[in-house]
Amino acid sequence: MSDSIIKIENLHKSYINGKNSLHVLKGIDIDIKEGEMISIMGSSGSGKSTLLNILGILDSYDEGAYYLNDIVIRKMSEKKAARFRNKYIGFIFQSFNLISFKTALENVALPLYYQNVKRKKRNALALEYLDRMGLKEWANHLPSELSGGQKQRVAIARALISNPKIILADEPTGALDTTTSYEVMDILHEVNKTGITVIIVTHENDIAGRTERIIRLKDGIIESSDYAITETEDSTVVL
Amino acid sequence: MFDRDRWQEIFSAIRKNKLRSMLTAFGVFWGIFMLVVMIGSGNGLKNGVTQGMKNFATNSAFVWTNNTTVPYKGFKRGRNWHFNNRDMQAIRDQVSGLDIIAPRLSGWKLNKGENVVRGKKAAAFSVNGDYPVYRKIDPCDMVYGRYINDDDIRMKRKVCIIGERVYEVMFNKDENPVGKYLRVNGVYFQVIGVFRSKNPKINIGSNKKESIYLPFTTMQNTFNYGDRVHYFTMTAKKGVDVSKVLDKVIAVLKRQHNIAPKDEEAVGNFNLQKEIKTIGYVFLGIDILIWIVGIGTLIAGAVGVSNIMLVIIKERTKEIGIQRAIGASPLKIIGQIITESVFLTTIAGFVGLAIGTMVLKLVSIAIEQSSADSQEEMFFLNPQIGVSIAVSALLMLIVTGIIAGLIPARKAVKIKPIEALRHE
Repeated sequence: MSDSIIKIENLHKSYINGKNSLHVLKGIDIDIKEGEMISIMGSSGSGKSTLLNILGILDSYDEGAYYLNDIVIRKMSEKKAARFRNKYIGFIFQSFNLISFKTALENVALPLYYQNVKRKKRNALALEYLDRMGLKEWANHLPSELSGGQKQRVAIARALISNPKIILADEPTGALDTTTSYEVMDILHEVNKTGITVIIVTHENDIAGRTERIIRLKDGIIESSDYAITETEDSTVVL
Repeated sequence: MFDRDRWQEIFSAIRKNKLRSMLTAFGVFWGIFMLVVMIGSGNGLKNGVTQGMKNFATNSAFVWTNNTTVPYKGFKRGRNWHFNNRDMQAIRDQVSGLDIIAPRLSGWKLNKGENVVRGKKAAAFSVNGDYPVYRKIDPCDMVYGRYINDDDIRMKRKVCIIGERVYEVMFNKDENPVGKYLRVNGVYFQVIGVFRSKNPKINIGSNKKESIYLPFTTMQNTFNYGDRVHYFTMTAKKGVDVSKVLDKVIAVLKRQHNIAPKDEEAVGNFNLQKEIKTIGYVFLGIDILIWIVGIGTLIAGAVGVSNIMLVIIKERTKEIGIQRAIGASPLKIIGQIITESVFLTTIAGFVGLAIGTMVLKLVSIAIEQSSADSQEEMFFLNPQIGVSIAVSALLMLIVTGIIAGLIPARKAVKIKPIEALRHE
């Protein structure tokens, strides 16, 4: 039993598009410890989205190995993948991906619905999480009635409600202005403090700078994996 | 199946896309509606045609005489000949499998001007000579009095039974005609009954409602028919083929009257059983056509639903992607989509079934009213569909809904969540 929550060894992934094969990930090794806050950076086409999808069990990989909480994640049935996602991973997206015809409360409660939690219980829990995000008064509003920052906070509440071990955030601040971005990052920091591993994919340096470690991807390989100097001086020693 | 979120999901999906859902539902509605109306109409036609003849002895046949077409035993062709009383005995003696044989006289020569008179009332009606057994071939109810009986035949009583129309014209409303007299072609006959045929649509030579039946022997005597018989009506015994009996009867008749056995024309004949079989095939054909068209319409509706569902899935790809990213299993999503399509098709189909049945009912009422007003015979009656057909149509709908949902559902699940999320 290691303290790694995510361990990736020599990961390869190609997309086959007709006759063309696109080698997106060319041997990636990552080791993420439980409770870390990490950002993955890279220009578009560097493979960061693909990596995130694999981490989120939304996509399969061709070669190598992926251990999530010491469980090997291989090609699995959708049903099983759905269960893993529900249990371990909370997603946050750039475009929030809230369901437009459901209220904030219903959106937050949705993952519990898939866990067959009773309606009353999951709504109470959802309200609690919304309260933590400071959105209790907005519980019965539709996503279209919320601002971008509020939407992202609803999305974070939804990601948290299933009590995941990891939060995967795909450009969580991409659609937000700087002030709101920092607010969201503050929330993610707080989340991280409760022991949940946070992985953020971003291309904004200042956002990445607010995490403990930055993994830079370029052309499908890891260019660097540095502990941010500004944040924790001593952790560089560990590497 | 019955939890609130799933239904909420369905309702919101339908509510959000009112026009699309309406059009989809209309496809199924129209399919079922057409099926119901067509089957109902087919049944109405069948009822209308068979209603006026279903009580007629179906295993019956008729024979009459035509001029000969083949010279035989010194007789030249084109000879005019007639059946007579002796033929009946000969047929009874020589033909096995025969159940009833009833000779009839048709008083064509009596139908001149207003031949029936009572007091100041006078009208033209047909006159027939009958045996009591004829009632077994063409059953009727007696509105007043009794039918002709054997004593009437034996004693050649001057009595008559009359059709409903004759009663209406010659008697006052609610007047009891039994015992009253009618003058038929100058001879007085006592009315012993008023009959109402159970088969008003089968009329041989004259409209039964406008007919007067005399005892056969009375008619022969009174109006100078001698021993002549105009035609024989007969039925076969149970389990015996009428056409075989008919062939034997014709052979006997030919022997009796020196008709060439090869002469196909001399004995005219009609086999009701054969005709009924033909009508049966016609209706079978109509039924098959109705079902083919109806099921075709239904399939078109189902394809419509399936197509719309595909569009819905395409539109909701992202939503499905989100649901799966946060832990919805494919089974749950498939279940959701199928429930949605079954819901839509069932509701639409049920409405189609209801409105179709309503239309049939309205038509039925309209027909009843118009046929009550006029004396015309209706060839369309009681259009309706059976409960079993209604139930099977509903079942078919649900199956349709499942299939219509399954195709897009499988497609929805095949889309990888990432692709779904990237979908803009």
